[in-house]
Amino acid sequence: MENKKGFNITFYLLILPVLLWLIVLIVLPHLDLLISSFQGDSDAGGKVFTLEHYMAFFQSKIYWLTFINTAAYAIGITILAFIVTFPVAFYLTKVISKKYASFLALLLLIPLWVGELVTVYGWMIILGDHGVINEFLLSIGLIDKPIDMLYTNFSMTIGLLYISMLFMVVPIMSTLESLDDSLIEAASDLGASKWTIFTKIIIPYSMPGITSGGIIVFMLVIGDYVAPDILGGKSSLWFTEQIYNEFLSTFNWGEGAAFGFLLLMISSSIIWLALKLTGQKLERVGS
Amino acid sequence: MNKILEIKNLTKEFKGFTAVKNVSFNVDEGGFFSILGPSGCGKTTLLRMISGFIQESGGEIFIRGKLMRGIPPEKRPVNIVFQSLALFPMMNVRENVAFGLKRQKLKKSEIDDKVSDMLARVSLQGFEKKKVTELSGGQRQRVAIARSLVMKPSILLLDEPLGALDRKLREHMKIELKLLQKELGTTFIYITHDQSEALVMSDKVAVMNKGRFEQIDTPRNLYKNPATAFVAGFVGESNRLELKSKDGDFITTKDGWKLKRPGLDFTPEVLYIRPEAFILTPAKNLDNISRFEVKIKTILFDGSNTKVAAIESSSGAEVLISLPQNARFENLKEGDTVEVGINYENLKCY
Repeated sequence: MENKKGFNITFYLLILPVLLWLIVLIVLPHLDLLISSFQGDSDAGGKVFTLEHYMAFFQSKIYWLTFINTAAYAIGITILAFIVTFPVAFYLTKVISKKYASFLALLLLIPLWVGELVTVYGWMIILGDHGVINEFLLSIGLIDKPIDMLYTNFSMTIGLLYISMLFMVVPIMSTLESLDDSLIEAASDLGASKWTIFTKIIIPYSMPGITSGGIIVFMLVIGDYVAPDILGGKSSLWFTEQIYNEFLSTFNWGEGAAFGFLLLMISSSIIWLALKLTGQKLERVGS
Repeated sequence: MNKILEIKNLTKEFKGFTAVKNVSFNVDEGGFFSILGPSGCGKTTLLRMISGFIQESGGEIFIRGKLMRGIPPEKRPVNIVFQSLALFPMMNVRENVAFGLKRQKLKKSEIDDKVSDMLARVSLQGFEKKKVTELSGGQRQRVAIARSLVMKPSILLLDEPLGALDRKLREHMKIELKLLQKELGTTFIYITHDQSEALVMSDKVAVMNKGRFEQIDTPRNLYKNPATAFVAGFVGESNRLELKSKDGDFITTKDGWKLKRPGLDFTPEVLYIRPEAFILTPAKNLDNISRFEVKIKTILFDGSNTKVAAIESSSGAEVLISLPQNARFENLKEGDTVEVGINYENLKCY
C-alpha cells in the first residue's frame, strides 16, 4: 500500500495488452472514422472539412425515418425483453431452490454458445414457410396455406428479442439475488397485496438491474445487423443496414462514418433521456 | 387480565421433522412475553405461524378470541419486527413508516399525523427525509419498530431484533424497548436466544427446547425455580454436576462428591448449582446447608461479576463460585482453602 505511485514493471506489463487493444483496435479506428465523417472531396480533388455527410441524414427522409423506425423497435424490444425475462429472473432467484436455479441459468446461456448467426438461422427453420410452426399448423389442419412469418418485422423482433434477452436476465437476477426475502414478507405483513409488493418493493428494488439490462439490450438491438438483415428481409428498415450500404454498396465512407457516429450519439441520448425520465443514476446502475 | 393470544396444541411438521410440538400458551393483553430458546428450537417457526407466514400442521391460534386459521399475514392484527429489520432500502424513513398506512388508504394528512406522532415516540423527529441506509443500527431498529407499531397491531412480534447490534447498543435498546412497551401498552411477543434480553424485558418468559415449551414463568421464578434440567442449564449460569447415586439424604456426584440434600423423593441424575448459591465461610449456626471445603484454583476477575474456579477438597470436582460484592474476600488468593456452604434448596436436582 505504501508503494502507491511507484507502480512496478509487472503492473505495466500486465496492463500493456489491454492498452494496446484499446488504442489500436478501438480508439484509432474511431478517430479515423470521426475524421472521415467530416471529410469531403473538394473540386480540386483534395480533402476539405464538410458537414454534408451529417446533413444528408437530416435532408433525406428515408434516412431519418429508418432511424426512427430502428429506435422505436429497439425501445419496444427492450420493453418486451423486460416483460419476458422478469418473471424468469424472479422464478430462478426467488421461487426455486438454488440447486436447480444454477442449472437452469446455465441452460439460458446455451443460445450464446452457438453464436448469433446460428441462432438466427435456427429461427429461420422455425418460422419459415415450410418451417416447424407452419408445417405443424398445416398438418393439424388449422390453416390451409403457410402464414408469412419469416422476412417480416415479426420474425425480426423475435430474433432480436431472443439474442438480447439473456443480457436482460443476468443483471436482473443479480439484483434480485440480493433482495432479502424478509422485505417481501415485511410488505405483506404491513398489509400490501401481491401487486403492491411487486410494484412498490420488487420493481423499485431491482431498478438498477433493470436499467443496466435495458441499456445493454437497447444498444445491442439498435446496433445489430445480422438479425434484421436475415430475418427482416428487404421489407424491414434497420439503420445498421443503411450504414452497411454506405460502406459496401455505394462506397460512401464519409457518409457511412457520419451515420455511425449519429447512431452512437442519438442512441446514447435516448439512454440518457430514459435515465433522466425514470430518475435513475448511471453510477447506481449495476450496483 | 384479558387473554389476547391463545395457542392450543400448536404443531408444525416439516418433511420428516417436527419443528413445534404441541405447544399451548396464553399471552395477557399488554404483556411482554418472551420465547427463549437456543437456535433451532422452533421459536421462529412458532412466530411465523402466529404471523401467518407458515401454516400450522395442527392446533389453533386465537387472537382476541378469533381463530386465525387460513387468514393471510396481511389480514392478521399482528405485525413483525424482523431479525434483519427488513427496512425498504429504496424508501426514506417517512415512507417506510407510512407504507402500511398507505395500504389502508388513509387520507394523506392522517398518514402524516400518525407517522410524525410515531416517529416522535421513538425519538426520530427530524429524520423523516433520511434514507434508511444513512441511519445507525439503533436508529434503524427504531424505524422498524415504528413501522410496525404505527399499524396499531394487537400484538407486536419481535424476532431477535437486537441480534445484529453491538453489545453496548443492545444493552441500551433492551431498556428502551421495555420502556416503550410500558408506555404504549401494546402486547409484545419477543423471540430471543439471549437469556439476559428475555429476563430483563419480559413479564413472562417461555423457555423452548426442541419444539416444546419447558417452562412458562416470570423471569424471577424461571431463575429461582427452574422446572427442568434444560431450563436450569440454559437460563443463567450454573455449575452442572452429574450424579451417581442417592443414599437417604445424601447424593453423590460422578466425581465422588457427597452432599447432603434432604427432601428428594426421586433419584436425581443431575445437579445444578448457581455460582451465587455458594456461601463462603458460612456462620457456624447456619442451618439447612451442606458444608464442604474448596481450594481456590484461579480468580476470574470481572468487576462486579468476579468469580473463582475452585476444587472441592474431598472429590476434586471443579465449581465456579461468585465472590460477594464486598471487600471481605478481596485477599483471597490461589491455593487458599475456604469453607463453603450451600442451602439445600439451592441444590437443584433433576
